[in-house]
Amino acid sequence: MNILVCIKQVPDMESRFKVNAVGDWYDTADLAWRMNEYDEYAVEQAVQLKEQVAGADLTVLCIGGERVKETMKKALAMGCDRGVHILDEDSYQKDPYAIASLIAEFAKDKNFALIFTGLQSQDRGSAQVGGMVAELLSLPSLTTLVDFSYVDGNVSGKRELEGGTRSRVSCSAPALVTCQLGLNTPRYPTLPNIMKAKRKELLSIPAADLNPQAARLQTLSMTPPEKKGSGLILEGDPAELADRLIQLLKEKTTVLA
Amino acid sequence: MKALLVGEYREGKLLESSYELIGFAQTLGAEFELFLVGSTDQLPQVDGKLHLADVAAAGEFNPALHKQLVLDAAQKAGADTIVFLHSSYGWDLAPRVALALNAAQVSEVVEAAADGYLLPACNSKLRRTVKATTDRSVVTLQVGAFMAAEPGGTPQVEELSVAAGGNTEFGGYEQAEAGEVDLGKAEVIVSAGRGVGKPENVAMIEALAKALGGEYGASRPVVDAGWVPHDRQVGTTGQVVSPKLYVACGISGAIQHLAGMKKSEFVLAINTDKDAPIAEIADVLVVADIKQFAPALTAKLVG
Repeated sequence: MNILVCIKQVPDMESRFKVNAVGDWYDTADLAWRMNEYDEYAVEQAVQLKEQVAGADLTVLCIGGERVKETMKKALAMGCDRGVHILDEDSYQKDPYAIASLIAEFAKDKNFALIFTGLQSQDRGSAQVGGMVAELLSLPSLTTLVDFSYVDGNVSGKRELEGGTRSRVSCSAPALVTCQLGLNTPRYPTLPNIMKAKRKELLSIPAADLNPQAARLQTLSMTPPEKKGSGLILEGDPAELADRLIQLLKEKTTVLA
Repeated sequence: MKALLVGEYREGKLLESSYELIGFAQTLGAEFELFLVGSTDQLPQVDGKLHLADVAAAGEFNPALHKQLVLDAAQKAGADTIVFLHSSYGWDLAPRVALALNAAQVSEVVEAAADGYLLPACNSKLRRTVKATTDRSVVTLQVGAFMAAEPGGTPQVEELSVAAGGNTEFGGYEQAEAGEVDLGKAEVIVSAGRGVGKPENVAMIEALAKALGGEYGASRPVVDAGWVPHDRQVGTTGQVVSPKLYVACGISGAIQHLAGMKKSEFVLAINTDKDAPIAEIADVLVVADIKQFAPALTAKLVG
């Protein structure tokens, strides 16, 4: 049984973001990079499935420049068997359709029984790539899962809806699932597994070799949000701040009356 | 623009958020028709054409079939723009429809600009303006970004025929278990975010909530980590609250969280990051580490 998990490297969202010189993306200098949080749940679920099914083989795929190999190594250390790096230094210029096309082109003749992706990326938040990969490969897909199980070719799970409601859904493999936060508890790679990961296969394929498709979306500009600036900002010594704040809450709210 | 608006229906009810789609079309002055997998006894109150597929035949969850029904309606309507909400229904269905139409998809639109659409990026720390390069496009709207249209009017219903189909099964709904607390009733809510650092520190948030005579809540990451039970989660997938005072402790302010608390009367944010999106809606931002500031504030309040 072949399993694929698709991951993305994103900046730490706590970073201070600046717009790049061209004005169409964020400046990538001085950022800390990590695995997209949704994808950590996808990797964990894929590794659990691999551990469940004897003889399963798990590939992790990532698109981007040389830098993304660091994030792939984490996925390998979490338990993926091999890595496929689709090399593309300008992947940020590709839209979700172009990204999904590369993944589908790679996956189409590999007989993956299950494909895992995150629900969305933290930087773009489009929630398109997983669903589009499934459609391009004519696979059923279950999205936004907070629960997953696989038994004898049957995939079942729970989708997270709004307001705390969940729906029970299922389909037959081969299938694609997208993973919502909280699906499982992603493991931390252990030191021996980090060492082992260094010896795992990490194949690099230039994006140009995967029949790249033109983007259907064009980013015209990236800008910082307009600062509404209506709020009061208090800075200084915590004890003094607490006094000022209590005074303020007494004036502006009725809760301390 | 000729828009097809894809309404939402769940557990036998038309979802109120469907009126935001109409609000969007009205904001743009766009001609529109509606689509709904629903029922004739739960029709949206709006004048205009409604392409209705009977939920008894099409089911509430059957994305492959719903995709086909949207495509049928889009063709009948001659729509060039298919509009969904950026919700668990919309973000699931939109990419399927976009691919079938060879159309660009624009996700989580917060504003329509002259040359394109505005979208949040990087946890709302940046905004992108994008435009579709295809003739037709599929758009999902951030929930709450567009003012809902006032219900009023009677749709002209065009029934869509529903053929059997689909490649997934639906096994019903599960509701979150009722917890020990109803945050909707609390006048003061003090919520813990990732900034609290570790599970032991939730106690200081609980203590501050008690000192302010309120309840404690949490943002999603804290609940997902298991530090706080789900019934205390504030946000679109938890509870939507509007207390007299909301205190966001070490919460950066993801869209899903803001949507759950931005109607609070007074918002106090305590955060080390002045650029955090929570600062945009806070009445007061205290720039401090919550781990130091919460105990200091609690001491003054009870002292």
